[in-house]
Amino acid sequence: MAQTYRSQLVDPLVDNNPITLQVLGICSALAVTSSMQVAFVMSIAVTLVTAFSSMFISMLRNQIPSSIRIIVQMVIIASLVILVDQVLKAFAYEISKTLSVFVGLIITNCIVMGRAEAFAMKNPPVASFIDGAGNGLGYGLLLMIVAFFRELFGAGSLFGVTVLETVNNGGWYVPNGMLLLPPSAFFVIGLLIWGIRTWKPAQVEEREYKIQTVEAH
Amino acid sequence: MEGLLSLAVKAVFVENLALSFFLGMCTFLAVSKKISTAIGLGISVMVVQAITVPANNLLLTYLLAPGALAWAGFPDVDLTFLGLISYIGVIAAMVQILEMLLDKYFPPLYNALGVFLPLITVNCAILGGSLFMVERSYNFAEATTYGLSSGFGWALAITAMAGVREKLKYSDIPDGLQGLGITFITAGLMAMAFMSFSGVKL
Repeated sequence: MAQTYRSQLVDPLVDNNPITLQVLGICSALAVTSSMQVAFVMSIAVTLVTAFSSMFISMLRNQIPSSIRIIVQMVIIASLVILVDQVLKAFAYEISKTLSVFVGLIITNCIVMGRAEAFAMKNPPVASFIDGAGNGLGYGLLLMIVAFFRELFGAGSLFGVTVLETVNNGGWYVPNGMLLLPPSAFFVIGLLIWGIRTWKPAQVEEREYKIQTVEAH
Repeated sequence: MEGLLSLAVKAVFVENLALSFFLGMCTFLAVSKKISTAIGLGISVMVVQAITVPANNLLLTYLLAPGALAWAGFPDVDLTFLGLISYIGVIAAMVQILEMLLDKYFPPLYNALGVFLPLITVNCAILGGSLFMVERSYNFAEATTYGLSSGFGWALAITAMAGVREKLKYSDIPDGLQGLGITFITAGLMAMAFMSFSGVKL
């Protein structure tokens, strides 16, 4: 069993990453990645919510009638998110201001719902907890990578600490302001997917149309 | 009136929910393979958005905001922390009601939109619209305008995206970029195009 728990935790990091392969939870992945600090807080929040909601939903899975399961799951997830939101407002007010609506949007983050539906409804609580945590971490990992590139090259800093001294402050680095703007997140993730799929060709999607070359006779 | 019009234009183009706030991205990427389905989903989102944002606005003003319960004799009660759970409840209920109404009175429309309606409950664009409404403290008229126009903006974005993707499937794309990768980059280019609207004011 120990082996499967470990693989459950590690698989979603690269092999079955929620963002690059399952196409879940992209909304917030793009919006909160302009600085690493914010991305870090967001990753923790999502990991906690996914792990605990999977656990609670799995505990209740035999009691929930299937016709109202979505709304029951929603209530559990929403309660956890309210908890996270209140904690952030109390202890990290600045960050909670920057995250603005995106904390609330964890409720509709497809990772949480997706794992609840796909895994927690069929598996025991401990396994669900680990599965939720693994997927949350996979999401967090990708978030941190994207934020790393965007903050380093967009603002010349990491976690708010200056790494590349920018021209404005008398340094040499001309920051690429484009990377702080929304569209760059799409490009960074797109290129990241390209990288991962070149590394792991098994993830490449089938072409809908084959390009046919006419052979010369 | 002028204020509302400028709010509408801003919500459709400048602050497009899909392309500048990345809301509803999961469905945006998953359901944008064909124009016809994209239009169907776009219209459902617009309808649900136009109903839920004003509904949540009423909920906020008369039940949740600090002092809102004064009419019931509780002037000191502040229930804003219950916001998230109430908004999602309203959204889920509205979607359910809409589904039943359509099924009963407009079966052709139900058959066209039916599959998308449950998806909408978990579409972040809907909840996001309500949360933005709360954060920017819109009044009822503004909330109605915002709901309708932000929904329209989302529909516009997904339809345009589907149009691009229908053409894109015939192109020769590197293996690793196939499917999701190229879709992201296309969305990025579209977002850049939409950024050129910023600064447009009425």
